[in-house]
Amino acid sequence: MTAVLFQQVSRHFGAVRAVDNVDLAIAEGEFFAMLGPSGSGKTTCLRLMAGFEQPTSGHIEIFGETAEGVPPYRRNVNTVFQDYALFPHLSILENVAYGLMVKGVGKIERLKAAEDALAMVKLPGYGARRPGQLSGGQRQRVALARALVNRPRVLLLDEPLGALDLKLREQMQEELKSLQKSLGITFVFVTHDQGEALSMADRIAVFSEGRIQQLGTPEEVYKRPQTRFVADFVGSSNVLPPDFVESLGFGKHHASLRPEAIALGDGPGRKPFSGRVTAASFLGAASRVTVEAAGARVAAMLPASVAVPAQGDTVTLSFLPEDLHIMDGAR
Amino acid sequence: MSIVTDTSILAGRQGPSGRLSDFFWRNPRILLFLMLTPPLTWLGVIYLGSLFALLLQSFFSIDDFSGLINYEFTLATYKQLLIPSNFDIILRTVLMAALVTLASAVIAFPIAYYAARYARGKWKVIFYLGVMLPLWSSYLVKIYAWKLILAKEGILTWLFAKLHLLWLLDAWLSLPVVGGASLSISYTGTFIVFIYVWMPFMILPIQAALERVPGNLIEASADLGGNPAQTFRHVLFPLALPGIIAGSIFTFSLTLGDYIIPQIIGSSRLFIGQAVYAQQGTAGNIPLAAAFSVVPIVIMGLYLWMAKRQGAFDAL
Amino acid sequence: MRSDGNASAPLGLKIAAGAGLAFLHLPILLIFLYAFTTEEKSYQFPPPGYTLKWLSVAWSRPDVWDALWLSVRVASISTAVALVLGTLCAAAVSRTKFFGRETISLLVILPIALPGIITGIALRSAFSFVEIPFSFWTIVLGHATFCVVVVYNNAVARFRRISGSLVEASMDLGADSFQTFRHVILPNIGTALLAGGMLAFALSFDEVIVTTFTAGQQSTLPIWMLEELVRPRQRPVTNVVAMVVVLVTFLPILGAYYLTRDGDQVAGSGK
Repeated sequence: MTAVLFQQVSRHFGAVRAVDNVDLAIAEGEFFAMLGPSGSGKTTCLRLMAGFEQPTSGHIEIFGETAEGVPPYRRNVNTVFQDYALFPHLSILENVAYGLMVKGVGKIERLKAAEDALAMVKLPGYGARRPGQLSGGQRQRVALARALVNRPRVLLLDEPLGALDLKLREQMQEELKSLQKSLGITFVFVTHDQGEALSMADRIAVFSEGRIQQLGTPEEVYKRPQTRFVADFVGSSNVLPPDFVESLGFGKHHASLRPEAIALGDGPGRKPFSGRVTAASFLGAASRVTVEAAGARVAAMLPASVAVPAQGDTVTLSFLPEDLHIMDGAR
Repeated sequence: MSIVTDTSILAGRQGPSGRLSDFFWRNPRILLFLMLTPPLTWLGVIYLGSLFALLLQSFFSIDDFSGLINYEFTLATYKQLLIPSNFDIILRTVLMAALVTLASAVIAFPIAYYAARYARGKWKVIFYLGVMLPLWSSYLVKIYAWKLILAKEGILTWLFAKLHLLWLLDAWLSLPVVGGASLSISYTGTFIVFIYVWMPFMILPIQAALERVPGNLIEASADLGGNPAQTFRHVLFPLALPGIIAGSIFTFSLTLGDYIIPQIIGSSRLFIGQAVYAQQGTAGNIPLAAAFSVVPIVIMGLYLWMAKRQGAFDAL
Repeated sequence: MRSDGNASAPLGLKIAAGAGLAFLHLPILLIFLYAFTTEEKSYQFPPPGYTLKWLSVAWSRPDVWDALWLSVRVASISTAVALVLGTLCAAAVSRTKFFGRETISLLVILPIALPGIITGIALRSAFSFVEIPFSFWTIVLGHATFCVVVVYNNAVARFRRISGSLVEASMDLGADSFQTFRHVILPNIGTALLAGGMLAFALSFDEVIVTTFTAGQQSTLPIWMLEELVRPRQRPVTNVVAMVVVLVTFLPILGAYYLTRDGDQVAGSGK
């Protein structure tokens, strides 16, 4: 069943088209990512689902029911806010029980449910504290528990890991993923971090300028970007100009080539090209080398076992033809 | 669990309050309108209405024989403001307001500067409360305290006597204009009490302005060879000026409209506030009273306009 | 030389600042001394002797009690009206950007920015024009008008600090507008409103300029004091009343200070 359906949805603020004619279908139980730079319309889409914004035109359905014109408090959809938005005047337990309280669930029952939810996010016994006494990561878990305790049909997450440091972020990515699997709730999350989207989502919608540039599985989006924007934004692929692609014998098209698909030297079945090294840096697990080749700048990610070529050297690089992805709708 | 529902759109709270909430959510402008109606009715209709009605009366005149108001448009009442005895009142008040403002700035500046730059922790709180308490404490009690102090048999005379300086006080009181039979019935007394009552309004805006000055700016000036006087004149004073202007709005306006202080402590010569009071009360000349009250409004309008151009409102 | 905040102030500045503060506080302290003087007819200093007798004399004066009671009632009702009007105004202004919000701020501040005598005269001539006789309510009308600004200023500052996502979070969790107001907005602006209400009470309790125009023959405590100031008849009783007024107005001011100080910490901990 379709959890969230957008049909030609637009949201304009004056002359600004924050969301411009978007079609979208998110399946039940899916972990769905909306990826894009700030101002690309992804957050507005999330707010349209939550009910904080109303579409200027178009139609939104949540599990087959019309959503436009329905206030946020009547949608069985909950949000984890970017700044967590925990109520400062309530204890952690009261925060988590808030949704059940306003729905009129009895005190004993709602506090029990809140305790369970806190245990689920690995914060048992934290109920008596105030939001100000918790760390960023803990507040994030409370925000998650506060949303999940209502058993929403769709959980919306607005840059949920943005404020956490790298180590905590990786840990939370795994936890969110396993939580979603065990609960079976549809998760929709907004992020500007392509790594986060690629590692967590079942499907990704890449946003730019209020439109969806590409919608697909992480692998599709990463390996076969349909537009230059997607190639650039997701995994920083090389976007090769038509002349260069033609010189390699693939016809006059834009094409994308991932840096890690490129190796130093030639080999059987590989396509070689040569160029002059303009920059080289050692990154630990790999080295990043930028080469100027026949009017194209190409970045290659070489394994650490290979010696890093010096700047100014002319080197031969190669790749497997199937790794080159021709982009038809290049913009 | 009983709370699990499998609809995506919840039924919501039933009853009138749930329906009303939905209605306001769909029509936020109606909610805004309802929220603004009571305060705007009160302030916009009752208060502004009374104000305009008063100003309107300044364009009427009073019939000299019957003492009744003649409801015909005329500028004659405004002309009366220009006759010497009335014009003196205006000049006297504006001059007093200007002097009070100037003196307040001089006294307030060190307090504000110390509080902004040197007071930390506990002292910051003490300075803050030390300004707030006199500012908010009873206006009449403050005047009363000065009546006690300035009385001929009061503490100030006693103090001068103890210091063998009574001749100085007498010499000052024998001066024309600023002197009088005793301090409590002289312009000097009026001036002191005006400063005392309105000066606290000057401190907080100056402090706010100075707190935005980074401390190293002052040290940079000293570092570049500026002596304290130069640092004050070229660095500190220009930066504090918006705060001083913001504070002066209060001291100037409050002095301009006061009629109780000069009535209790001062000579028998009138200030604008007293003139307004007398004209509407015993004289029963509402049009002239209204014309007199237009004077501080116009002066303050000009003053605010100039202050705004100086960027003083950011320091409020 | 660095700015480390611990630099000691120049001696001249210390003296000037200290003298300024002393100038502000010593006259008020003098009131306390005079409340116990044995001298009845003049303001003689130093007092020839000290007595507690005037406390009991003032205590048994019905006119003082009547004036005090009227002032308390006026201040309470005016504060209540100002709380409602000021909060509504602040909520409307902070909730949406609508045409004319600058004008509304100006309108709220006007009654306190213009000299009190103008507000007083305007109201008085309006009362006589529509033939409203002076009463308890004419005093309240005047007082509430200039008390709104105090509540408004406190509430606007706090509304600005409540992050917008708190309201959205509440609605997202299923609370409608009224529930959100009751469970989220009110607890977060509560201390600011209480502080604003206390200051409004202090302002109204002390007001004399507008009151002289709207009270008619009624006597609030400040009016009673003003009459004593103009025509002293009961000097010792006035001394005691002045002392009590100082003490009564200090409490709400201190209370308001502590409330807003703690309140800001509470509201700031959401992030």
